[in-house]
Amino acid sequence: MNRLLLKGWRPVAVLLLLFVIWEIVVRVSHIEAWLLPEPSKIFTEAFHGWKEFYPDLLSTTKISLYGFAVGVLIGLVVAVLLYLIPFLRDSFYPLLILSQNVPTIVLAPLLVIWFGFGLLPKIIVITLVCFFPITVAALDGFKQTPSELKHYMMMAGASKGQLFWKLEFPFALPSIFSGLKIAATYSVMGAVISEWLGAKQGIGVYMTLASSSFRTDRVFVAIFAIMLLSLLFFLFIVLIERWVVRWQVNGDDGK
Amino acid sequence: MSHLIVKDVCKGFGANEVLKEMNFSIQKDEFVSIIGPSGSGKSTIFNTIGGILSPDSGEILIEQEVINGKRGFISYMPQTPSLLPWRTILDNVLLGQELQGKKEPVKAMEMLEIAGLAGYAKAYPHELSGGMKQRVAFIRALLSPQAVICLDEPFSALDELTRLEMQKWLLSMWESHKRTVLFITHNIEEALFLSDRILVLSQKPAKVTAEFTVPFSRPRNESILLEDRFLEWKRRVHFALV
Repeated sequence: MNRLLLKGWRPVAVLLLLFVIWEIVVRVSHIEAWLLPEPSKIFTEAFHGWKEFYPDLLSTTKISLYGFAVGVLIGLVVAVLLYLIPFLRDSFYPLLILSQNVPTIVLAPLLVIWFGFGLLPKIIVITLVCFFPITVAALDGFKQTPSELKHYMMMAGASKGQLFWKLEFPFALPSIFSGLKIAATYSVMGAVISEWLGAKQGIGVYMTLASSSFRTDRVFVAIFAIMLLSLLFFLFIVLIERWVVRWQVNGDDGK
Repeated sequence: MSHLIVKDVCKGFGANEVLKEMNFSIQKDEFVSIIGPSGSGKSTIFNTIGGILSPDSGEILIEQEVINGKRGFISYMPQTPSLLPWRTILDNVLLGQELQGKKEPVKAMEMLEIAGLAGYAKAYPHELSGGMKQRVAFIRALLSPQAVICLDEPFSALDELTRLEMQKWLLSMWESHKRTVLFITHNIEEALFLSDRILVLSQKPAKVTAEFTVPFSRPRNESILLEDRFLEWKRRVHFALV
């Protein structure tokens, strides 16, 4: 915690400096507010418009969490299946990569046509962007299990299931958490994109309305909210990681 | 009655013959070392007994049961400690039992205490020195329920001083908790100091070319390492090996 305080002030200071420069540049060169509002105006708007904005924020948070949860589940299940059944890996791994080449922006309207404006198309969009980093990270983690540990487990008579659950899965946890961190931040992006296409509320809706009415200050409020939300998700995963992968955190302290 | 019997076992990989009519047997609670030039297929013997490899011909029996290609009949201690980094020492020591289905944490604690590791039961492997990790690996093998323990050059990665410490420690642990042990090494002194019997392997394809019954009485003391008798035996094994 002390280390965090000791090092944490640096990015904060840089951020503050950026805001100050931004504020000065906008004021000195008289840039119109609809083009680029100064930070003070954005924060005032965030403060005054909080009551209107807050339901949107809540809705996006909720969708992101649902989508993230489904994405994690599917990502892990796919990784385990592909790892344990070589036949599946050979036949599906290339398709997995292709699934990431479909532009979300193009796919999302199609999903709306197929599934309507409800929760389902949104969850599908978020899942699509979330599961891939988790699957890839988990597969890598499984594969990197040291051969001497595997050899020991085999010699000691471990079954295929024991080999996986007692060795390969716990060994892959740090990798899986790397995937989770990426997926957590993606999930917020995915949620906002899915809301652009049609939703009653959410940061995506708020953003579309703001930009079409040239309320650039509100667009920035939305951008900052998305950044903050992603950051919180990320920190949340880091906290869980510290708790689950304690043995590794200890190892770092020992060095 | 023989506890472990290796009968006419042949094993090759393609044109490469590694074991050729390998024959030996071990009595219950006997400590037998296999010594051979490097690359003579010592690991292949273990992998075959451990069931990771199947012999091309011949039979491996443990307690009269043929175990060709079957895993789970031996308890094993590899060259590297191979402890799971996310498990505490106590949980690591229990792993061998866990794989076979039943855990005895009380007995495990007792063994850790005897080994002088009780204070580390809740520690993680990275907090221990190399020698201590090997002790943990040996206790894990000792606690496993299988009849035969196979040790694969367990001290070869340790420095000279730690190695002697570990040999003395292993000797005292084994003398107070007798088990059937098959020990692979390339160190003649180590084999003489620890074992009841020494099997000498030939170059590839490996077969047992000589067998020595070590005459030193037990419990053994490190002082025998400097006796003339010990050096005489060392010479004998050495010449059998070349």
